[in-house]
Amino acid sequence: MLKYIKGHMDSIQDIEIFPIISILIFFTFFTALIIWVVTAKKKYIEEVSNIPLEKEEEENNLNL
Amino acid sequence: MEVQQFYYDNKIVKKFIYATLFWGVIGFTVGLLLAFMFIFPNLTDGISWLSFGRLRPLHTNAVIFAFVGNAMFAGIYYSLQRLLKARMYSDWLSNINFWGWQFIIVAAAITLPLGFTSSKEYAELEWPIDIAIAVVWVAFGINMIGTILRRRQRHLYVAIWFYIATFVTVAVLHIFNSLALPVDFLKSYSVYAGVQDALVQWWYGHNAVAFFLTTPFLGLMYYYVPKIANRPVYSYRLSIIHFWSLIFIYIWAGPHHLLYTALPGWAQSLGVAFSIMLIMPSWGGMINGLLTLRGAWDKVRTDPTLKFMVVAITGYGMATFEGPMLSLKNVNAIAHFTDWVIAHVHVGALAWNGFLTFGMIYWLIPKIFKTKLFSTGLANFHFWIGTLGIIIYTLPMYVAGFVQASMWKQFNPDGTLVYGNFMDTVMAIMPMYWMRAIGGTLYLAGAVIMLYNIYKTVKQGTAVTDELAEAPALERVSSGRVKGEGYHHWLERKPVQLTLFATIAILIGGIVQIVPTLVVKSNIPTITSVHPYTPLELEGRDLYIREGCVGCHSQMVRPFRSETERYGGEYAKAGEFVYDHPFLWGSKRTGPDLLRVGGKYSDSWHFNHFYDPQSTSPGSIMPSYRWLINNELDKSKTERKMEVMVSLGVPYTEEDIARAQQWMLEQGEEIERNLYNDPEFARIYEAEKQYALENGLEFTEMRNREVVAMIAYMQRLGTDIRIKDGDEEVSLNQNE
Repeated sequence: MLKYIKGHMDSIQDIEIFPIISILIFFTFFTALIIWVVTAKKKYIEEVSNIPLEKEEEENNLNL
Repeated sequence: MEVQQFYYDNKIVKKFIYATLFWGVIGFTVGLLLAFMFIFPNLTDGISWLSFGRLRPLHTNAVIFAFVGNAMFAGIYYSLQRLLKARMYSDWLSNINFWGWQFIIVAAAITLPLGFTSSKEYAELEWPIDIAIAVVWVAFGINMIGTILRRRQRHLYVAIWFYIATFVTVAVLHIFNSLALPVDFLKSYSVYAGVQDALVQWWYGHNAVAFFLTTPFLGLMYYYVPKIANRPVYSYRLSIIHFWSLIFIYIWAGPHHLLYTALPGWAQSLGVAFSIMLIMPSWGGMINGLLTLRGAWDKVRTDPTLKFMVVAITGYGMATFEGPMLSLKNVNAIAHFTDWVIAHVHVGALAWNGFLTFGMIYWLIPKIFKTKLFSTGLANFHFWIGTLGIIIYTLPMYVAGFVQASMWKQFNPDGTLVYGNFMDTVMAIMPMYWMRAIGGTLYLAGAVIMLYNIYKTVKQGTAVTDELAEAPALERVSSGRVKGEGYHHWLERKPVQLTLFATIAILIGGIVQIVPTLVVKSNIPTITSVHPYTPLELEGRDLYIREGCVGCHSQMVRPFRSETERYGGEYAKAGEFVYDHPFLWGSKRTGPDLLRVGGKYSDSWHFNHFYDPQSTSPGSIMPSYRWLINNELDKSKTERKMEVMVSLGVPYTEEDIARAQQWMLEQGEEIERNLYNDPEFARIYEAEKQYALENGLEFTEMRNREVVAMIAYMQRLGTDIRIKDGDEEVSLNQNE
């Protein structure tokens, strides 16, 4: 059965590059994501992770 | 800075909570009724709309879309407003969302028991309801994005990303999987056939689990667990990685529902690879949720809401460990089609979705009603009885799954099956079905106790329908990146871009997986001996769909010796299903596979089996389908059905359609003649005919009744590739 699928894929031009593009997209995306996450400023992370905890009454004091 | 006053809309939250509780109890009750039908198959004897096959989709839809759906909306409508410091964008849209959703549920609760179904799991609803779902879903999306645009909080907290991904992905999935050509107002045929239909369906089915049962609830977890524990999430950095990797990977995992089927091997492998990767983000999220409670475990001892959360997250962890394991081909070979899968989904539904919902509601109701929970003791009792229910439900189902699989696969030294009679494998697990029903009863009892507790809490409190809040308006910031602002910072304050990227992330998986299989349509190995169904068989197939037979019977013989031995010699080939709109491979074998049942039994056997399954198969837990025998077959739409099939690529000729009525009559007469071979049938049938004639009553001849169409379909199943001169081509194809 695989023959048919392979055969069909062959007809797409430059099909070999598809998997390479895919791995590049994945790799770049996740590398960039991890770099960003690791280098994110502590103050910012603390501030954002506290968003759900802000009391409604205290909202006036927040200055974001 | 100017401080603005505004009101949170609590009324909509309250409405969704009430709907959650109401539909939850209904969904659980239907489930319990179904559990008892395993033990007493004729519990609702002779009532077609209360038969197992029709109620099963009602149960799954009620739990997923009514219970979990309403809970999700309740949780989102409460948290979104507070996370954004803004009232919902439009009260009108909120109400469209609420009432539209309830209307859809009611429509489902009416049409499913009446047998109007597309038969595609978790997407059973017919096309007008599908359109309504799309409209209501879009209303929800506009309302959410509108609120985001009017927010007074610059950064979008991670929970909101999960909500956005939920909205976008469910929309895409729902639209593509529901594509169908209508026959009439409540009947349609899937535009995909066979293998393609299966792939699209499970791409949808798996991602319905991912993006309807998981991502919104992860969003809720990221809001409510920190809120209730009164401490920030364990690691916000982890939550960012959790989000992107989860949505990126989840969308690829669908084909693990189709391992060892006729789906092309590359798609199966792709599904397996991504399913295994999925354990990383899933457990990342689970750990993040549990560790949020670090240093707050003393609160878990006293606070029932946190207890529910802990069991919910633990259940999520167990289910998402089990999922990748079930995706391994060797494990799947054992688990697929057995009750193991039932156990797996119930860990997810009862623990993860159910308990997270309960915990959330126990916390929300006192907040909204400015009071304390009526009884912490009762909530604790609910927690324990519910947990016990989950355990007593799932453990026996795991055992049942293993027992089934090992009995199905066991061989004698001489190469014959030890349990050649499928019935043996059913009888062996009856005690497990009993225990499951007890577990379900406990879980339902807990929910009823909750109902009482919530009712009392509401009575003693006063509803604050519009809660006053204050927050400064957002300052305008340049739409580009501000100096010193990281890229993801920028992205987090740009909801539209975030939505766009999330969409791209989920579309890549969809496109790479689905498109090749759709475009190879012409290259699915065709088998020359496979012909379209005759009109009567087509009508029979529609009855098979109407009765929900697919809920208990697969039509997919996997390439294992244990299966080819049991189910008639040939495993399923992709080319056999090219005219199957929709596919009916099924996902559970409560009864035996039916792919090769054609010609195995006589017409009379089928007739008697439908009338009283226990008479032909002692100990069977299939209910009687007496109404098939009494009902007249509706032949008024046959030509229309064939025409729709033609537009979907099924090669009926014009002559075929023109002589459909005659053709059906001829085939019906032949089956009727065969039935006369049973002297008992001849005696009773003649007597009935005589009685009707004497009393001037209307009499439908057997050839025109539903059961005859059903028998025609049964006898056709799997026979195409058994035709003598077809064999050669078949063996050619299977070596590829």
